[in-house]
Amino acid sequence: MELVMSLSIEILTAILATGLLIIGLVTPKDQRRGIGYLTTAGLLGILGATLFMNNVDKTLLDGMYIIDPYSTFFKQLFLLAAILVSVGSYDYIRRLGYNQGEYFSLLVYATLGMMILASAGDLITLYLGLELMTITFFILTAYRKKDAKSSEAGIKYVILGAMSSAVLLYGLSLIYGATGTTVIKDIAAALQQDIQPIMLLGTIFVLVGFGFKISAVPFHMWSPDIYEGAPTPVTGFLAVASKAAGFAAMIRLFIIALPALQSYWVVIVMVLAAFTVLFGNFVAIPQTNIKRLLAYSSIAQAGYLLFGLVAYSALGVAAILFHSILYVFANLGAFIVVIAFGNHTGSDEIKDYSGLARRSPLMAAVMLLSLLSLAGIPPLAGFVSKFYLFTSIIDKGYFWLAFVGIGMSMVSVYYYLVVVKVMYMGEPPEDSEPIKLPVSIQAALYVTMFITVFFGIYPSPLTNVALSVAKAFFPF
Amino acid sequence: MTNPVIFWLIALVVIVSGLMVVLLKNIVHSALFLVVTFVGVSATYVLLQADFLAAVQILVYAGAVSILLVFGVMLTVRGDIKSSNLFNRHKLSGGVVALALFLIVERIILKTEWVLSKNPAPESTVGPIAEAMLTKFVIPFEVAAILLLVAMVGAILLAKGEGKPQ
Repeated sequence: MELVMSLSIEILTAILATGLLIIGLVTPKDQRRGIGYLTTAGLLGILGATLFMNNVDKTLLDGMYIIDPYSTFFKQLFLLAAILVSVGSYDYIRRLGYNQGEYFSLLVYATLGMMILASAGDLITLYLGLELMTITFFILTAYRKKDAKSSEAGIKYVILGAMSSAVLLYGLSLIYGATGTTVIKDIAAALQQDIQPIMLLGTIFVLVGFGFKISAVPFHMWSPDIYEGAPTPVTGFLAVASKAAGFAAMIRLFIIALPALQSYWVVIVMVLAAFTVLFGNFVAIPQTNIKRLLAYSSIAQAGYLLFGLVAYSALGVAAILFHSILYVFANLGAFIVVIAFGNHTGSDEIKDYSGLARRSPLMAAVMLLSLLSLAGIPPLAGFVSKFYLFTSIIDKGYFWLAFVGIGMSMVSVYYYLVVVKVMYMGEPPEDSEPIKLPVSIQAALYVTMFITVFFGIYPSPLTNVALSVAKAFFPF
Repeated sequence: MTNPVIFWLIALVVIVSGLMVVLLKNIVHSALFLVVTFVGVSATYVLLQADFLAAVQILVYAGAVSILLVFGVMLTVRGDIKSSNLFNRHKLSGGVVALALFLIVERIILKTEWVLSKNPAPESTVGPIAEAMLTKFVIPFEVAAILLLVAMVGAILLAKGEGKPQ
């Protein structure tokens, strides 16, 4: 009974997902619009329930599953992302015209996978959570069946995702072979005596596997194609929540299970982070499709987040938490604009955004603030969180990495501002009319905008939460 | 203690048939060699005294998965079956990379001092697995159930074709 109570968030999510699946099957075709609203309401309810879990710190079943403030923080992040994505999906999915119940149900199942990933205390649970998330995303990516790009993206994701899972699994099996346990905290205990060379191999394989999931360079090649081909709400969810879930599991595994190998993996993570930031920002410059631009920008953001892992300190973890939750709002704000624009005009090309400021001031404003927050311009939230990330590595003396990060942030301002220039300076097409937004989308846009600005000006409530969570999580 | 010769023979069978899966040009032959690989792996399970796992391996992988694979091939492949498992132009570079990776992994494995389990083999290999799945490993067990549900829903969704209004 205690087990069921502790797992209440996961169980509620599973019930919601399965319920949506059933409701989707029994409601008549013309009444399925309500399923989207039901999803958002259900997710909001679960988010409310997580607020009671904020201070729970429990280890279930001999360390198999961990419910601590760290995992609860990430669960709230996934739920927020899922709520915004579900709001953004209403019209998109209605236009698609089929399988609405299944779509929303899969969205919630993916969220459940992420939650398990964030809470996993052993390698088997971790792997199954990861697969639940990834397999759901395979399906969601290929959801536009008439669209060849979407099918292509689905196939590519299946093949590359399966390969990266295989690499990760091999690494996990080597770690199990060397330590004789799959429980994360027992791995750390087993590594206290001596470290066998095989552990290095296992760590590298695991790092590569996670590198795929968070799309760190050079394991990023799947993401632009898949981000472009997938339905836009799915792209948003993939770029934000799936990446954060990868980070949640990766941080727990590397900091809790493999501190003994820290001097080895930190070098690799550092190189990965530097390459990711450099490559993501430079290749974003020539992009002409907004989804591809955001894909490359999200690769760059993964690089910045890796800085927090390089720092290997409570401050670093706090900076990752802080940056990833603001990244949810900034990136999803941009993606909801892309969804609404795509619904209206059927285009994702940056040149078609010409004169958007005159057609829909709200959309242009949200896009502007989101992009500037991603670039890290004060007084927006992205500035504060990047500041923490850079501080955390400067504290440890990695000045060169901080310089790379700051320099590349400057570069990123350029390609973000290109979009802004098109929106504000460009002339709208002659036959264009103002874009009318549904109330739900407007509400979501106002929320993302408010949070991006509010936590830029007054970040301390959120930084205090992130710091206290990180201090409780970081063992030393 | 079983004779190491048996292990090496099984390993040879697994590796050779695994290579055949990748290298043969006819994809049905590849699938059949996959069956041999699966059976070989299940033989190593027997050597490790995991007989239940070996039986499951044969039932699920050699029995079901590879037959499904052959069916899938027969239902989808058009054109000449003799060249259904194609190579791309990177045969040589792929070989070099694979060889390099093999050499690195092999060096590291040989340098490692492996800790062998001193525990005696369990009497029964079925009961403890069932017990573990419903006690300590109950969460991954349930997650696997949900995973299968999602995979099934997804397979139906994607295979059903266009959802035309009735």
